[in-house]
Amino acid sequence: MSLPRTASQTVGPYYTLGLCRRPENELADRNEPGAVQLIGQLYDGQAAPINDGLIEVWDPVGERWGRSGTDADGRFSFVVTKPAALAGQAPRLDVYVFARGLLRHQLTRVYFPDEAEANAADPVLSSLGETERATLVAEQEDGALRWDIRMQGERETVFFEH
Amino acid sequence: MSEYAVDAPTVLPDDPSFGPEVQIDYPGYRSTQWRAPKRKLASLPEEFHDLAGPVFGEDVIEEHDHDLTHGHPGEPLGERIIVSGTLMDEEGRPQSGALIEIWQANACGRYHHVVDQHPAPLDPNFSGGGRCLTDSEGRYRFVTIKPGAYPWGNHENAWRPAHIHFSIFGRQFVQRLVTQMYFPGDPLFAYDPIFTSVRDPKSRELLIARFDLEATQPEWALAYDWDIVLGRGGNGATPMENPQ
Repeated sequence: MSLPRTASQTVGPYYTLGLCRRPENELADRNEPGAVQLIGQLYDGQAAPINDGLIEVWDPVGERWGRSGTDADGRFSFVVTKPAALAGQAPRLDVYVFARGLLRHQLTRVYFPDEAEANAADPVLSSLGETERATLVAEQEDGALRWDIRMQGERETVFFEH
Repeated sequence: MSEYAVDAPTVLPDDPSFGPEVQIDYPGYRSTQWRAPKRKLASLPEEFHDLAGPVFGEDVIEEHDHDLTHGHPGEPLGERIIVSGTLMDEEGRPQSGALIEIWQANACGRYHHVVDQHPAPLDPNFSGGGRCLTDSEGRYRFVTIKPGAYPWGNHENAWRPAHIHFSIFGRQFVQRLVTQMYFPGDPLFAYDPIFTSVRDPKSRELLIARFDLEATQPEWALAYDWDIVLGRGGNGATPMENPQ
């Protein structure tokens, strides 16, 4: 038996009523060794911040999950630790992007800037061109990790089939 | 010809080859223009699709979270309803212990949200958010009121059909689903580009709940039945090559 799956529809602009009833953006305790802020901005194809987006982050190894709405400047913010690496892969977090105007959520991932060697050997990262690859690697910024998401444009973030 | 014709939604012809996909760059829904990714989606190794997703326990649920009519000084205005159904995978297997979160407008079509400026009254007895975990048979159940239709500015005289937003976490990470449940017989379906972004009419129909007289509670609430099927993937941009 194979049933047709239920189709996706946009989260729309009012998702906070159901999905942001309490803060859930800390995958790790701030005082935990290795805990670091992951911050960034979500942009549309006109380089305007998306102020009604929702970002969900999943550490598939440590099984830690969190989500953050975006603010007026499109900013999101998490506290994370670097996940353990799966065999033959660089450590990464899996990320879903939801927003008004997205009829289905989009899948991407964020890699860590201090893992140059593992990143170079990662089968997914190394299957991408240099410009594309760069959209998936966070940068160090004042002790935090900075990672912007661009839905469109020259530096459009790489999104994956899912 | 209407003076608003230029702003009228572009409703593309039905296309069963899309199956349950949405067309993510659906031109009738204007906000997709600068937000839907333009590039071809990249591929991930097949084993990615087997990765487990987050699991939530009873600790995220409070006693009355499934009852949106509860928690205020009085009863909300509107038609009290019960919305229930079974969460399944594509093989028809019930999915237990899954977190389902919902949100909706009040009976007048107004969200309890600062961005919503529709000049319809707010209801001090309705906030419009709820959640529950599916039981051992994959069943979920909410008590709420029927939401109203509301205008949304996508095009001239644009109105959303009444709907309830649903967010569901499956066992696999890739089963994540956010969607909307609609009510039978709504006259706005044909004019709503969010609804028609699902190009296959059969898949579209599956977003519409069924009125359930048996589950309707006499003297208290009408019941609607809506099953949800979690799949694995489909990016929504490209019709299937070999529609079955």
